[in-house]
Amino acid sequence: MTNSNLTNTVAGPVIQPVIQTRGLTRTFTARKQTVEAVRGLDLEIAQGELVAFLGPNGAGKSTTLRMLTTLLPPTSGSASVAGFDVATQSRQVRQSIGYVGQGNAAGHQQHGRDELVSQARAHGLSRMEARARAEELIADFDLAACADRKVSTLSGGQRRRMDIAIGLVHRPRVLFLDEPSTGLDPQNRANLQTQIQRLHAETGSTIVLTTHYLEEADALAGRVIVVDHGQVIADDTAYNLKSSLGDLITLGFYDQATAAAAAHRVRRSAPEAQIKTLGDEVTIRVAGGRELAPALVADLAVAGDRVHRMEVAGPTLDDVFLNLTGRSLREDNDTATDTALASTDETLEEIAA
Amino acid sequence: MSTTFAADTWNVMTRELKPIKHEPASILFAMVQPLVFLALFAPLLPKLESGSALQWFVPGIIAMTCLMGASFTGANLMEEMNTGSHERLLVSPLSRPALLVGRALKEVVPMLAQTAIILVVVTPFSFDLHVGGVLVALGILAVFSIGVGALSFALALASEGQDWMFWTIQQTLLFPVLLLAGIMLPIDGAPGWLQVASDLNPLTYVVEAGRELFAGQYDLSTIASGLAGAAVVAALGLVVGVRTMQKSR
Repeated sequence: MTNSNLTNTVAGPVIQPVIQTRGLTRTFTARKQTVEAVRGLDLEIAQGELVAFLGPNGAGKSTTLRMLTTLLPPTSGSASVAGFDVATQSRQVRQSIGYVGQGNAAGHQQHGRDELVSQARAHGLSRMEARARAEELIADFDLAACADRKVSTLSGGQRRRMDIAIGLVHRPRVLFLDEPSTGLDPQNRANLQTQIQRLHAETGSTIVLTTHYLEEADALAGRVIVVDHGQVIADDTAYNLKSSLGDLITLGFYDQATAAAAAHRVRRSAPEAQIKTLGDEVTIRVAGGRELAPALVADLAVAGDRVHRMEVAGPTLDDVFLNLTGRSLREDNDTATDTALASTDETLEEIAA
Repeated sequence: MSTTFAADTWNVMTRELKPIKHEPASILFAMVQPLVFLALFAPLLPKLESGSALQWFVPGIIAMTCLMGASFTGANLMEEMNTGSHERLLVSPLSRPALLVGRALKEVVPMLAQTAIILVVVTPFSFDLHVGGVLVALGILAVFSIGVGALSFALALASEGQDWMFWTIQQTLLFPVLLLAGIMLPIDGAPGWLQVASDLNPLTYVVEAGRELFAGQYDLSTIASGLAGAAVVAALGLVVGVRTMQKSR
């Protein structure tokens, strides 16, 4: 359940969403070509939600975030954050939000502790408060060993922790993180996810992050907004997005002829399934695939199409993305494979017909 | 608004000064060339009847240090633009003009430290220290440094993503400005066109005033034109710089 669904059930006055956009659009013009990075985005995010914008590079995630954080003026449409308009009340918006960009928040020539204090002062904390808050964040993010060193000498993981600490220095109502785990090794990525979850649980602040890591959106966010070509193409919980898709059964056979025959047979017995054949393998996307698989194998054995190997996988957000856009979120070579899969499938369907 | 601006400017300035506090030696970076000039050029200066050639040469070298230090300073901003901390400051409530003015004002601190070092180095070598004059000259040089610093930051902002542009423009302008101000050699015997170019250079007036003041002479019109030269640079720098920063997203 998303929090936005929950708030709708709360009786009494309507709770104002903490982030609201209406027809939010941003175009870029380069070499006389106009590119629409974000097209007419309508969005509502309630207080306390943890939302992930998921999409490939160039989908418009970062552009959206840059508009919401006052770094980029919208071309048209409007957006409000914490009740303030991003275009006309930018100072109030900046006072209300924390931002962790793709780069490092702390200057590389500075010491981490100094930057925590400077940023706290920039947000209006007194000198005493700023020092105390810096101390608190250094403890929270395990930065004691490196807070008094030059930022340029810190490791990538240490710098990222420092970035997030700086983003939180004024206890913002809304925290934006732009691809927070890009460039981190798996262990640091896992640490970061734990920190974000802890933060969300402890402070109840609204957190909006962008990512192109499916696992991250899946593991972290209560709500996943899938963005492609500047538009929202899906907006739901990771669980709902995935369960609408069904499981993926992969069956391997001894030769291509058997695989083709098996695909034909499965197509008749499970007409709702999406079936693809590639060489001696058949993939079947179907709801309740885990329960269906044993019967499927038995049925094929009766028909003489012996299954050589089998794999059943729950859907990933990548599958969701592929299903929504026809393209994979992963690298280009995967997209090529998908095309190959599709074309093989067509040829086989022609044969079957 | 104005108290916010003052507080913001103060915050930006003190932030800029923190790395210098931790690494005071970093101030020497912009001084390498002026000190080399001092060591290798001063012995070549002719003996003057009117006194030590150092007396004439040192104020120019101090102005050169100011110009170099302040014109390099945009590189720091450029690094922060590349690594992300400038973006973080743009998302903070600090006002855009304060982000520029605070940075420019901090230029005064290394300028003072650098001048002090040069004076300590040269005073034992037939150089007469006139403290009152030096202090007035420092006031003029401070205004000049703020202006050059602001221009350097504006150049850094304008060169976003193209570091080579910053260095090309900075290096291309640096030496003509230095030479035309008569820092190495007097402009007095120069051909007319060179004289005109020198007269158009604000640094010329700053250096002239500096030389008078360092010699303990207080000619009001020279001091006034020195201050005016510095003020023109400061005004231009701050206007251009603040505009560029306001456009910065």
